[in-house]
Amino acid sequence: MSEAASLAVSRDRTLDRLMGLAVYASALLVAGTFLWLLGDLLWHGAGRLSWSFLVSVPTNAGRAGGIGPILVSTLLILGVAVAAAVPLGLATAVLLAEFLERRSLFGRFVGLSLDVLAGVPSIVFGLFGNAFFCIFLGLGFSILSGGLTLACMALPILIRTAEASLRAVPDDWRLGCAALGLSRAAALRHVLLPAASSGLMAGLMLGIGRAMAETAALIFTSGYVDRMPSSLLDSGRALSLHIYDLSMNVAGGDANAYASALVLIGLLILINGTSLWLAERWLNQRILTL
Amino acid sequence: MTWSRRSISSPSHADARLAGVLSAAAGLAAAILVLIVLFLLRESWPVLEKVEWLRYLTDAAWHPSEGLFGLAPMLGATLASSAGALLLAGSLGVASALFCRFYAPSSIARQYRRLLALLAGIPSVVFGFWGLTELVPLIARWQPPGTSLLAAILILTLMILPTVALTADAALAAVPEGYLQGAAALGLSRSGTILGVALPAAKGGIVSGLLLAAGRALGEIMAVLMVAGNVVQTPHGLFDPVRTLTANIALEMAYATGEHRAALFVSGLVLTGLVMLLAGLALRQGGTRSHV
Repeated sequence: MSEAASLAVSRDRTLDRLMGLAVYASALLVAGTFLWLLGDLLWHGAGRLSWSFLVSVPTNAGRAGGIGPILVSTLLILGVAVAAAVPLGLATAVLLAEFLERRSLFGRFVGLSLDVLAGVPSIVFGLFGNAFFCIFLGLGFSILSGGLTLACMALPILIRTAEASLRAVPDDWRLGCAALGLSRAAALRHVLLPAASSGLMAGLMLGIGRAMAETAALIFTSGYVDRMPSSLLDSGRALSLHIYDLSMNVAGGDANAYASALVLIGLLILINGTSLWLAERWLNQRILTL
Repeated sequence: MTWSRRSISSPSHADARLAGVLSAAAGLAAAILVLIVLFLLRESWPVLEKVEWLRYLTDAAWHPSEGLFGLAPMLGATLASSAGALLLAGSLGVASALFCRFYAPSSIARQYRRLLALLAGIPSVVFGFWGLTELVPLIARWQPPGTSLLAAILILTLMILPTVALTADAALAAVPEGYLQGAAALGLSRSGTILGVALPAAKGGIVSGLLLAAGRALGEIMAVLMVAGNVVQTPHGLFDPVRTLTANIALEMAYATGEHRAALFVSGLVLTGLVMLLAGLALRQGGTRSHV
């Protein structure tokens, strides 16, 4: 081997080694940091978790007591968001996937506005929700305002996943329905929507997860009150907002903030896991019936 | 296939009614964006009308109740923290993706991807909380007060890293197998294959992932609000406490009235503009529509 060639080979080896080192170091750093974060949350939070923490009322501004009313408010806010976003989102997705040509002007307009909506920062949704739902519509700081704001946020992801799962249903099925003389409404109800249900559910769960992790949009729409809500027009504090408030505004609230963060992450993992499990189950059913 | 009126004629009146209802719903869904822009403009109009555009950048300070609307320090803080986070998350994220594709055994790569997916789902308020209780005291021991631009950059990095790593991983997976086999046949070293073949081939996907992550960093609020210290000033060093545009809105909305409130809506408009610009670039770059 000539000297120049062997020099080139040894340079290649050095570069190889350096790059391998850098890549392994980065991967270790990333994994280590994340394990540190998760371990820290578990270490500080797990001791406080108990059934009574989940159901009891927060006392002393949240330093002691549990998160019962906050869980109820969170579920109510999510319920409002789902009740508002699902019919609207499903209808829009059906229209985009089944009724409009891909290149139709209206379809492109709706699609574009959804893409832009997906990029709007959450604090801007908060500003809008405050100006529109709380003040313009006169709903005040309430669970209803917060839920409707979250519905606007979750809409793009719901519509795009529903549209994609409807488009994934094979065209043969539509032709079969048409050959049987089914109306489109009947075909949708009995064939197409059930066939796409796995994707629809997965999208729904993704949207719920997104809404549940949201904090900024809720500060100025659903408010801070940590009492048990008595109606949808009451102000209610969401779990994520509770964590924020405990760590920023309440000295000595860290212990309960850790436990609340664990509950929030646990719920999110549960939701994501459920969506995966449902999707797989439906997929299996579809294969069995085919 | 789409059931357009031309391809299959439907005899049913019910279908025509259904199409009408669906169109109304889709119109409503599309109207939300229009409503948002209209309401932002309406609420910020008292200030937009009165104050010249350039004054948001040239005014000496941010005292909206006294007629001073200098957004520049906060804009600077937003850009500095996002740029820093993007730099760190970009290099660590791409390295993580390379680790999954080219270095790790497949079982470890699978676990690593699972970890990244788990982290992508952790809410920003939890990152902020963790930053405040663990990271900030660490920085404070070294350079008090701890709540600083550096803390904001580090927490933002953690937040956007999964996005960068997972999109880069997907882009690397989409590189045709033949390219890599060709590189192997030419006797390229591993670093040569990665730098000369795999990364250039996956560039489009990686860049669009970075742009998406940049949009998230600019619009992110809770994590930054909790660790950045929230003092209105142009950052001169990594250890200065800063306040970003988003944090400013969140902190002052609670008590702002009149022109002050309107000025906050103006900063909301600026932020929306910035993020939409990035989203547009990402769409053009990647060509895919994904909100995940």
